[in-house]
Amino acid sequence: MSLRITGATALRVLRQLRRDPRTIVLLLFVPALLVTLLHELFSDRPLVFQQVGGPVLGLFPFISMFLVTSITMLRERTSGTLERLMTLPLAKLDLLAGYGIAFGLFAAVQASLVSGLSFGLLGLDSARSPVSVVGLAISNALLGMALGLLVSAFARSEFQAVQFMPALIFPQILLCGLFVSRDEMAGWLRAISYALPLTYSYDALARLTAEPALGIRFWADLAVTLGATFVALTLAAATLRRRTG
Amino acid sequence: MTDEWRATRRRVRNDRRVSSIEVSDLRIVRGGYVVLPGLSVSVGAGAVTGLLGPSGSGKTTLIRAIVGVQVVAGGSVTVLGLPAGSPKLRSRVAYVTQAPSVYGDLSVRENLGYFCSILGVPASERIGHAVAAVGLEGYERRVVDSLSGGQRARVSLATALLGDPEVLVLDEPTVGLDPVLRRELWDTFHRVAEAGATLLVSSHVMDEAERCERLLLLREGELLADSTPAELRAQTGADDLDTAFLRLIEAGEGEAA
Repeated sequence: MSLRITGATALRVLRQLRRDPRTIVLLLFVPALLVTLLHELFSDRPLVFQQVGGPVLGLFPFISMFLVTSITMLRERTSGTLERLMTLPLAKLDLLAGYGIAFGLFAAVQASLVSGLSFGLLGLDSARSPVSVVGLAISNALLGMALGLLVSAFARSEFQAVQFMPALIFPQILLCGLFVSRDEMAGWLRAISYALPLTYSYDALARLTAEPALGIRFWADLAVTLGATFVALTLAAATLRRRTG
Repeated sequence: MTDEWRATRRRVRNDRRVSSIEVSDLRIVRGGYVVLPGLSVSVGAGAVTGLLGPSGSGKTTLIRAIVGVQVVAGGSVTVLGLPAGSPKLRSRVAYVTQAPSVYGDLSVRENLGYFCSILGVPASERIGHAVAAVGLEGYERRVVDSLSGGQRARVSLATALLGDPEVLVLDEPTVGLDPVLRRELWDTFHRVAEAGATLLVSSHVMDEAERCERLLLLREGELLADSTPAELRAQTGADDLDTAFLRLIEAGEGEAA
């Protein structure tokens, strides 16, 4: 692995993103719009917004980075650039880390904007500083990115890649505890919930924004989130083959 | 360049024992079909070798094996004395795929700059040379997607020239280019070979075959000819390579029947 190549890859991915201003605007401002909608939806039940607002901030980077990464990586596979890269002195880790840095930075901007809006204008309260919320949002973004890299290996077209979102992301959102708390789920649903990585990152965000003192459960949640990211990245690296049939 | 050195170079080039690429008993199966049943061939150093054959004859598969991106079922491929695909070869062997493999949403300069960073070569100097070699001066700031198909192919080719490779493997690099540009690119290939690099160029255009120092003719994964243009014409009694190849292929079919 080389810092020069990793840095160049991150810069290249950001430059590609820059060429697509419409995607940038959508990525940056749609979350703000959705949080505003959520706030208005619960305008006469402010407690609900206080409860779910914090964790929802972390969902946006998770979803958008999953989509952006799976499609960017799929393009890299179908355009032949991945095959070219695999013949060059670039380590797989350079490529994965380059993607991670680029999308991590982008997720930081995205999460800062939507957090600034929520904490500043919409009156969302947090037990902790918005900076730590943004930090967790970035870890969510990296989880989404790692899953996106992984599924790009199983999609043959961009159309298929997009379909992986309802297949892999929606169940995690439904079961993470946002709509129904895990204690109220049927036993088998709770079991599935505990097997899904988003459950832990959602839980970490909920605890970070609501609990005055962070206990062992928070750190365990964070560890599982980072661990799942690492596992997904390792599996994604295994799908980057130098030799193909 | 001294005369003595030139003479040595020529001797080296004509000495078939000095080869840059050595393929032996190469067997490749793709999607259940045997593409190369057991191919043995060597490509001499410091020359332009043409790889010809009808579509589906295994040209791209052989090329992919040489650059080490093809899963191989048996046999061996050695490039510059190392097994194909060795990490040490990654900065010494350059590969241009049939379809341009560059980032369409980046400019020409951004594309070349990225590949310079990967190769660890000075961008400022190399980009200028590569762009000039493929005749794209003045297009450095253009986004690749806004270029024509032929221009995109040249960006892809320029990328392969950045690292001063010792072996350059090009899969149909001149498809879709006009005759003037084709001739310029072939001049470039010969300049690169003159400087000591080994080039393997696949093509299905016979006037390009005429410009190769050696020719390999593949048909259904078998090597039908490994010769020079002059030898081929003499051997088949044909005036042009088109006819020579047709005769060879027909003779091959006669044997097979």
